[in-house]
Amino acid sequence: MFGWEFPPYNSGGLGTACLGLSRALVKENVGIIFVLPKKFNVHSSDIRIIFADQQGIKFEEIDSPIYPYVTSDKYSIEREHENNDVYGRTLLEEVRRYARSARKIAKKQKFDIIHAHDWLSFLAGIEAKKVSGKPLVVHVHATEFDRTGGQNINQNVYNIERQGMQFADKVIAVSNRTKEKIIHHYGIPAEKIEVVYNGVDREEFKALPERLYTLKKDGKKIVLYAGRITIQKGPEYFIRAAKQTLEYYPDAIFVVAGSGDMEHQMMMEAAYLGISDKVIFTGFLRGDDLSAVYQVADLYVMPSVSEPFGIAPLEALSNNTPVLISKQSGVSEVLTHALKADFWDTNEMANKIVSTLKHDSLKNTLRDNGRHDVDKLSWTESARKCINLYKQILSERQITV
Amino acid sequence: MPSVCFYFQVHQPFRIKNYRIFDIGKENEYFNDSSENDLNNRRILEKVARKSYLPANRTILELIKKHPQFKVSYSLSGVLMEQLEKFSPETLESFKELAATGNVEFLSETYYHSLSFLYSPEEFRTQVKMHQKKIQELFGQKPKIFRNTELIYNNRLAVEIEKMGYKGILAEGADHILDWRSPNFLYSPKGTKKLKVLLKNYRLSDDIAFRFSSRDWKEYPLTADKFSQWVSAVNGNGNVVNLFMDYETFGEHQWEDTGIFEFLRHLPDQILRNPDNDFVTPSEAIDRYGSVSELDVHNFISWADVERDLSAWLSNPIQHDAIKKLYDIEHLVLASKDKKLIEDWRKMQTSDHFYYMCTKWFQDGDVHKYFNPYDSPYEAFISFMNALHDLTLRATSQKGKILVS
Repeated sequence: MFGWEFPPYNSGGLGTACLGLSRALVKENVGIIFVLPKKFNVHSSDIRIIFADQQGIKFEEIDSPIYPYVTSDKYSIEREHENNDVYGRTLLEEVRRYARSARKIAKKQKFDIIHAHDWLSFLAGIEAKKVSGKPLVVHVHATEFDRTGGQNINQNVYNIERQGMQFADKVIAVSNRTKEKIIHHYGIPAEKIEVVYNGVDREEFKALPERLYTLKKDGKKIVLYAGRITIQKGPEYFIRAAKQTLEYYPDAIFVVAGSGDMEHQMMMEAAYLGISDKVIFTGFLRGDDLSAVYQVADLYVMPSVSEPFGIAPLEALSNNTPVLISKQSGVSEVLTHALKADFWDTNEMANKIVSTLKHDSLKNTLRDNGRHDVDKLSWTESARKCINLYKQILSERQITV
Repeated sequence: MPSVCFYFQVHQPFRIKNYRIFDIGKENEYFNDSSENDLNNRRILEKVARKSYLPANRTILELIKKHPQFKVSYSLSGVLMEQLEKFSPETLESFKELAATGNVEFLSETYYHSLSFLYSPEEFRTQVKMHQKKIQELFGQKPKIFRNTELIYNNRLAVEIEKMGYKGILAEGADHILDWRSPNFLYSPKGTKKLKVLLKNYRLSDDIAFRFSSRDWKEYPLTADKFSQWVSAVNGNGNVVNLFMDYETFGEHQWEDTGIFEFLRHLPDQILRNPDNDFVTPSEAIDRYGSVSELDVHNFISWADVERDLSAWLSNPIQHDAIKKLYDIEHLVLASKDKKLIEDWRKMQTSDHFYYMCTKWFQDGDVHKYFNPYDSPYEAFISFMNALHDLTLRATSQKGKILVS
């Protein structure tokens, strides 16, 4: 399996998804060699410690001088320096370098199938297939169209994505929404694409020490945004909905948990709308910090412009917090007990936010039923679908050989 | 015997449009959606009239002309009759034609198809009287038989209904109240003196209403001949087969191309081929047959979902919250004496609003989804509560006026 990031050193859903799926596959008796590029500021021993109990996952790290995951912060810095190329020449270089190293690993290791996650590892997957002759599955967690909001598509990235999908034996899409994009933008035939929804780790709900509760004194209610503050996630719609909500529900507090290239812009926007005192930026949170913020929130909002799947709402529901999600998300295909709105319809968002804050009955019904939705979305289910797909590919191979 | 007793429920609510937080205090037309969606009451009514009410009425009228022994009964909700007056006068005319045959009985219900019996006995009686008046005005009949919203029923209701002067009441023949007994007899509700209860034969009723076009049903396709044999099989083991169903079964739930109208057209022929069979209205059934024993129904039953209880309208916190807050302002609203305000408040009592908020997706979930014009139960709740907020503001400001004067 070729990936790019792995928790806890991840900045987005990709790492979470890779971990969740890998663990579940191992439980279903699939042996995994998980290949990651060398982490620059991360000791490899850390990873081993975290997964020491994960029998079956072997880590292969490639010596590469780059960050394991290029965060949006980094993108933005690079964007400032090199307007013509969002990712910069270095990143593409590293992706190619990763691919060359993948050849060596593929020659050395024994395996039956190659599974590559997102474009950063697609070239690695292609090279591994070339040297080993084993079938390749590429797993699309997001396309360039999602990351950029459809504007300023990076041609190099697009080419690698398309090359990976074409060279693969099967393509996994994280939602029907993503499948449609792959058909429409990349010209891949529908029958080559399998939809496998993400899951969420069913850990028991663990109540965390109170944080931010002082904010809730005097009956204040908290509305949460958690995720990267980038164009894909639609943070500006959250701020605009906040403005409208406050006109009808002055006791609302809006918490933005995350970081990203639009963070500064969002602070300015809140100031411009005159609601700076009601919008709190916490910076990037993970682990218990993030869970605690989910738990204190009365409603979690995901206003994504384009969200291939969206694991965060599942995490919110796991933490007993109801969710309002963009209709332009893959996760809205699988969540019934969620409030939904078009990302651009900030009126409708405000309508739903105010209603949830006003009526505890709504909040409680969404929360309790939402947990049932989440219970049905397990990584085990995702893993089983992948295994069926592997089996199908391998049996088709045998027939043709 | 047995006698076949048909009762058709004819009802359409005034659905609340997507009424948003921004509308509160600005406008109070909650029911006037005019878009292309399923909250547009005129659009839905015209569609159902065309697909179901008009062709079904035509068929029933033909049947009565052909077989003078053919009888049916209807319960038309007040809000349905209002919408027919407004949106489809020709449908109303065709019901009047049916009434004029003398073979059709009109039943009594709450004007607003409400759950008022559960929350306000006074409001309940008011709405029953309003409905009686409307039926008398339109069809020249004084109803003698009562059926409560969605066949919601218990001993207390039966006692109340007897007090109000009715001789009969309808209920669901739910397994858990009948146990080994048959729905094909009349029973005496516990605590009443003369009142009789007619129980729906849900197996035979649902064969038509739900299973008629179901291809994975082993009896598919259902013919009038086959169905009549099942009815005749009751012979010697029952007096009356109560076939109770939504009128929209004909043409709307079961589309015309399923052959449902053909089935209806041939059914009386087939039933009457057996000289022991005939048709009765609920009143005739009650006059003709005695009660076989007492029926004790302590907890509410209904004809909805597999549970046959109140859970379709009252099972989750949003449903309870919405209905409680609605009845909380009863005195405030009535004290205003504002006709439009009271009417709006009553339209919001229609049971459908709470049905739309149901979140029991499992098992009967698809039925709820099918009948839900909102994207989700939560949208239904949000529009309802926003409208209720506005209504409360109106009622409160009225109160202010009274105090000033």
